[in-house]
Amino acid sequence: MIDVHYFASIRESLGTAYEQISADADTTNVSALMDKLIALHGPKWDQVLRQGRVLMAVNKAVARADSLVRDGDEVAFFPPVTGG
Amino acid sequence: MSPDTSAPRICKTRISVQSADFSLQHEAEGLRMDYGIGAIVTFSGLVRDMHGEQLISGLFLEHYPGMTETSLQAIAAEAEGRWPLQAITIIHRIGELKAGEQIVFVGVSSAHRSAAFAACEFIMDYLKTRAPFWKKSLQADGACWVEAKDSDESASERWRQKGG
Repeated sequence: MIDVHYFASIRESLGTAYEQISADADTTNVSALMDKLIALHGPKWDQVLRQGRVLMAVNKAVARADSLVRDGDEVAFFPPVTGG
Repeated sequence: MSPDTSAPRICKTRISVQSADFSLQHEAEGLRMDYGIGAIVTFSGLVRDMHGEQLISGLFLEHYPGMTETSLQAIAAEAEGRWPLQAITIIHRIGELKAGEQIVFVGVSSAHRSAAFAACEFIMDYLKTRAPFWKKSLQADGACWVEAKDSDESASERWRQKGG
């Protein structure tokens, strides 16, 4: 399984903070995982994850769309950061 | 092993992500190391009562537990690699904070002020663009997520161009 976390405005737009997705041939990198999530959930997810700036992390390290994802990994999607 | 007579170069690093407030005096004292300190520079950030043109009552701070601490450690390690520092403290508060409250503290100590000033500013600039915190501004008529600013990105980018 892959643990998927959403934060801040993305979490609120999607109405969920966390879900588990089964790891398979369609989840080998972040971009593929996004495709799978959009196929699973529909247009709202396409709108939120594909439009505007979305940052991503794999196992709590900043990642890119082509970063590899393995079974057991934690993937997160969040907006540009605004701390400090 | 040959005897090492140089000054100790271990940088004491303290990272804390907390909802509780912090004491400026206590944190500044904590940066006074026993050996070779000539300068302590501290920065503390407060919750401003304005967001753009709008008066706000406060902020809600969300973060990514685990990744936040790791990214602050990485920023501190990078500062330590760039300047000769003896101590670094980074504190960031989370949860609901009222206007006027302290939100962030960065303090560094070094032999010389130039390194301490530069490292402190570097840590803040990187924190603002790399650590996973998100601010929501709280107003009388509701709440909205604060948008990331290009000026923060340029401030951070400036250090990248300086190498490292």
